[in-house]
Amino acid sequence: MIDKIYSWIDKRYKIEQLLYFSKEKSVPVHHGTMWYYFGGITLFLFIVQVMTGLFLLFYYRPGADSSFESVKFIITQVKFGWLLRGIHSWSANLMVLAAMIHMFSVFFHRSYRGPREMTWVTGVGMLFLLMAFGFSGYLLPWNELAFFATKVGTDSARQVPLIGDFLLKLMRGGSDVTGATLSRFFGLHVSVLPPIFSFMLGLHLFFVQIQGMSEPMGSELSHGKKRTMPFLPDFFLRDLLIWLVVLDILILLSVFFPWELGVKADPFSPAPAGIKPEWYFLFVFQSLKLLPPHIGPFEGEMLGVMAMGFGAAVLVLLPFLERASSKGRRTKLVDVIGVFGLAYFAVFTILGYVID
Amino acid sequence: MTTQESVDPGRRKFLDVFLAGSGLAALIGLIYPIFKFFTPPDQEEAVVSSVNLGPAKDFPANSGKIFRFGNKPGLIIRSADGKFRAFSATCTHLDCIVQYDGKAGDIWCACHGGRYDINGQNISGPPPRPLDQMSVNILPESEEILVTLELKDKT
Ligand code: HEM
Ligand code: FES
Repeated sequence: MIDKIYSWIDKRYKIEQLLYFSKEKSVPVHHGTMWYYFGGITLFLFIVQVMTGLFLLFYYRPGADSSFESVKFIITQVKFGWLLRGIHSWSANLMVLAAMIHMFSVFFHRSYRGPREMTWVTGVGMLFLLMAFGFSGYLLPWNELAFFATKVGTDSARQVPLIGDFLLKLMRGGSDVTGATLSRFFGLHVSVLPPIFSFMLGLHLFFVQIQGMSEPMGSELSHGKKRTMPFLPDFFLRDLLIWLVVLDILILLSVFFPWELGVKADPFSPAPAGIKPEWYFLFVFQSLKLLPPHIGPFEGEMLGVMAMGFGAAVLVLLPFLERASSKGRRTKLVDVIGVFGLAYFAVFTILGYVID
Repeated sequence: MTTQESVDPGRRKFLDVFLAGSGLAALIGLIYPIFKFFTPPDQEEAVVSSVNLGPAKDFPANSGKIFRFGNKPGLIIRSADGKFRAFSATCTHLDCIVQYDGKAGDIWCACHGGRYDINGQNISGPPPRPLDQMSVNILPESEEILVTLELKDKT
């Protein structure tokens, strides 16, 4: 039956040729093969986000008077609404985590080295888009925590030299965080970011497809005969198995750790204690908290924001700044910087949770 | 073949430049309105210069309350000795809303733990500036509280 359908399609559209490409695809087998799965996990979680996001859209009503109420309706009245919202929220967090693990593994394996520079650039671009997804999505339930986190997050933009005030208004849709901000974030979250992200994802996968999987430095030379496994079906079936496990984890988390809704935002009540952004912004938040108000002639914040911008630029341009590995040389300095970056992120995130 | 060979290079060049120029002009013509569209129009803010917060006796000593001052939050404090003070409740650090901390007798911002003293001066944590001051008057007959924003003198 399947054969018949296949040949019916193939006769008309010649998909044999298309599939030929993927038959050739193979995955190198070595000590670091397990890290290859994290890209796939991130992809799977994106699919989960799109699906659950579309479901939520059927009941979610954006607006300062309706957002909170509609999310409450979703989790209390709609059958399995709590589950879908839980999965969307948990999956958002796991997706950022998976993307970060993927990025660090690529970093330490130097897989960004030429000729794969643009794969790295599109990857970092997607990580930033993910943060934009998370930041905009966080506000959508319009609860107190999200309201103040968004006030603080957008206010930091004012520290950007020259265009700061403009940027602030652009993000908020006015000078304060109001329903206008909510409309903007909603539009961004559900209709601007998804196509941009999908386009980047398409490029990213296209590059990987054309260039094949990178191998750890040195192993191309030392092992004359390299071991590989075919992508179809060997690697893909392993991918699927892991996806199933990830789906189970998502459901377990959503059932046993239901996502809180909290208290509705009130622009005329003091910020409650324990304002925290999502964990992947916590290191930025914590750094800002520890900066003194003035450093020399500058406001501490301004220097902090500029340092973050600088860090982001270095991250995007890494393969063009670090040329040694493209020429086949492995520099210790890269590992040192990577470990330092990872440690900074970890320490400041943990500090963000323990110090209040 | 013959037609291709007979293309006049000057004419081709002209067409290339013409097309590229028109494309560029169209792009700029589109970008400007799109850019402007996303810039939110300045909304006319109802100019509020003072608000009446009702009878003074409604405010217990050593307490603070957030009130609406136009579309901004204000904070009125009645200190332990019964004196009133009012400030803009917008933290000068990153825009959170501050609150009166009765235990410490000062003003606290929960977002990054900034503190201001009872006169609105930033004393610890990240806030770079004091809170904006408002003046409090108690109307003679009704004993109601009138809060007025102190205009910074524009010299
Ligand atoms: C096509 C894609 C997507 C659509 C249509 C969509 C739609 C929505 C909707 C309608 C909400 C509001 C309902 C609610 O708050 O529970 C929401 C919330 C949220 N979204 Fe998405 N989303 C999409 C992709 C993503 C992605 C890729 C992320 C990854 C970071 C993400 C992160 C979030 C977060 C963190 C929330 C807040 C969850 C909460 O507290 O309730 N979304 N999304
Ligand atoms: S916003 Fe008040 S201390 Fe940061």
